[in-house]
Amino acid sequence: MKTGEITGPVVDAINRAPAPDQFYTRVLHILLNVWRAMTSSRKVAAGSAIVGTFILVGIFGPLFMRYDPEATSNLFIARPSAAHWLGTTVVGQDIFSQLINGTRTSVFWGIGTGLLVTLLSMLVGLVGGYFGGWIDDALTLLTNVSLVLPALPLAIVLAAYLPRGPLTISLVIIFTNWAWQARVLRAQTLSMRNREFVTAARSSGEHTWRIIFFEIFPNEIGIVVAGFVSTTIYVVLTWAALEFLGLGDGTIPSWGSILYWAQQAGALGGELWWWFIPPGACIALLGAGLSLINFGIDEIADPRLRQDANPKKLRKAAA
Amino acid sequence: MRHILRRILFYACAVWVAITLDFFIPRLAPGDPVAALVGKMSIKGYVTPAMQQTLAAEFGLNTRDSLVVQYFKYLNNILHGNMGNSIQYFPTPVSQIIEQDIGWSIMLGAVAVLISFALGCLFGIITAWKRGSVLDTVLSPAMNFLSAIPYFWLALLSLFIFAYLLNWFPLTGGAYDELNFSPGWSLDYIGSVIQYAFLPALTLVISSLAGWMLTMRNSMITTLSEDYVLMARAKGLSEGRVMFRYAARNAILPNITGFAIAIGTIVGGQLLTEMVFSYPGIGYALFQAVGEQDYAMVQGVFLIITLAVLGANFLADLLYAFLDPRVRVE
Repeated sequence: MKTGEITGPVVDAINRAPAPDQFYTRVLHILLNVWRAMTSSRKVAAGSAIVGTFILVGIFGPLFMRYDPEATSNLFIARPSAAHWLGTTVVGQDIFSQLINGTRTSVFWGIGTGLLVTLLSMLVGLVGGYFGGWIDDALTLLTNVSLVLPALPLAIVLAAYLPRGPLTISLVIIFTNWAWQARVLRAQTLSMRNREFVTAARSSGEHTWRIIFFEIFPNEIGIVVAGFVSTTIYVVLTWAALEFLGLGDGTIPSWGSILYWAQQAGALGGELWWWFIPPGACIALLGAGLSLINFGIDEIADPRLRQDANPKKLRKAAA
Repeated sequence: MRHILRRILFYACAVWVAITLDFFIPRLAPGDPVAALVGKMSIKGYVTPAMQQTLAAEFGLNTRDSLVVQYFKYLNNILHGNMGNSIQYFPTPVSQIIEQDIGWSIMLGAVAVLISFALGCLFGIITAWKRGSVLDTVLSPAMNFLSAIPYFWLALLSLFIFAYLLNWFPLTGGAYDELNFSPGWSLDYIGSVIQYAFLPALTLVISSLAGWMLTMRNSMITTLSEDYVLMARAKGLSEGRVMFRYAARNAILPNITGFAIAIGTIVGGQLLTEMVFSYPGIGYALFQAVGEQDYAMVQGVFLIITLAVLGANFLADLLYAFLDPRVRVE
């Protein structure tokens, strides 16, 4: 029996539905497919669980906080205890509350920025690949130049000049990281431009933008999703690095800014491990969750990578 | 030949874009950060007339020249190797500070890249050769996990454990023990340099090893299924000979290209390393310049890093065309 197969009256009804033109059946179909994809592979399931937990903590965590993350107190440099789960900073702030609040900033700005990077690269890649000619030449040149310029130094220089804040970091990361995926998508679009279904759409008089985004784009959705996930990993890491360097707004709690303040206060030499280990561990864990999802997506897209339990059984049956 | 010519044109274009970005970023940034800096420094009484003049020339403050004239002046300066004067160490030219620091960066980066490349290739060859063995199933995921750790946090952790708790390495940073040794070819001095560079190099190797290893492993697995490898085995050649002289020799191509590019990152690839370990290379110089708002320095370092990366990419292109004839035909 295949894993991840969902049965039940609702599913049967959906499968039996004659034409999935009704809006709600379409939505149900998509949700069902997403659920199947998420549960079919153990890697994706584990990754989704990790990322999902961070998202839930980001949404609801700040509602259950016991301390104001920025409020100072007389309890300086306390070790982790029942009252302060992760201890306190040199000015008596509760680190656990800061971490929870930071999760909201880091996760949502990270995912949002990842989405915007993906959107920009989609636009450049699809338009360049589809139109060809001088538009493609110009966009390809832009992409390739952007690819060879070192991303992190450029991001540091840009962030040093712009006003401090999450929006700046987000824009800087978008500006320095869109090119890689744009190149991949352009190559895909190029190979798809002259297929029959595109020619058919063109000859039936469909609008150019409709051909690009409704005919061609759905065929590339696997690459786009995988690209989005790996971009988000990179965004979260770069984000934390820039904030750690003091290029973020230190008054807005996030994983990077906690590390920045820990470094500023000399947490390393003062043996305040409870200050700088948790935020880094959160970044590593979120990164691991996202890469697990990506491995799973690769396996779904490329069946050769799958490690099925079935071949062994087949071999036995054949013997 | 046409291929090479096109690449030269492309890289010339990329260099021009980098210089142009360098020129326009400070001038188009909102809130005029350079003017704000000068204002802040005049309040503290730091700004001498000479300094004001330099800043005016470099960032177009209080000048009547139009943006276009300023731009060509800037291009002219860069072409003559003049990157302006540092503000924090006024009036030392930026190029002089970079000259001092770049040696440490190159040494640290070169050692780390060489070790990481050699070890990564070797591990990749062995894990591919013994695919599915205990070694492979442990080493490959372990390496994946190590490379997923945010680099600067790995650096902080290793600094905390090996320098603070165990006291094996210095916590203070620097390139060598400046109090007790002076530069020279003495054993003590070289030992001190190694001691100070060990931890930064180790973290760099750990974080980049997985990339080399996995690329090598994948490429090696593809090569191992080729007929000529089977033929070599059938001839009864020794295992080592088939592994290294037949399979690995062809499988290493993607990693060679990566290696050429990695040479470019030697200059600016360890920004975070130098910042965390306070290692006096140009990454640390950039970090300090950002903190002190030394804009001329920030731009100079960015330009040098970019030139190094572009040069290495160009080298990689040439190398690839030389090693893989299929590229030349296109």
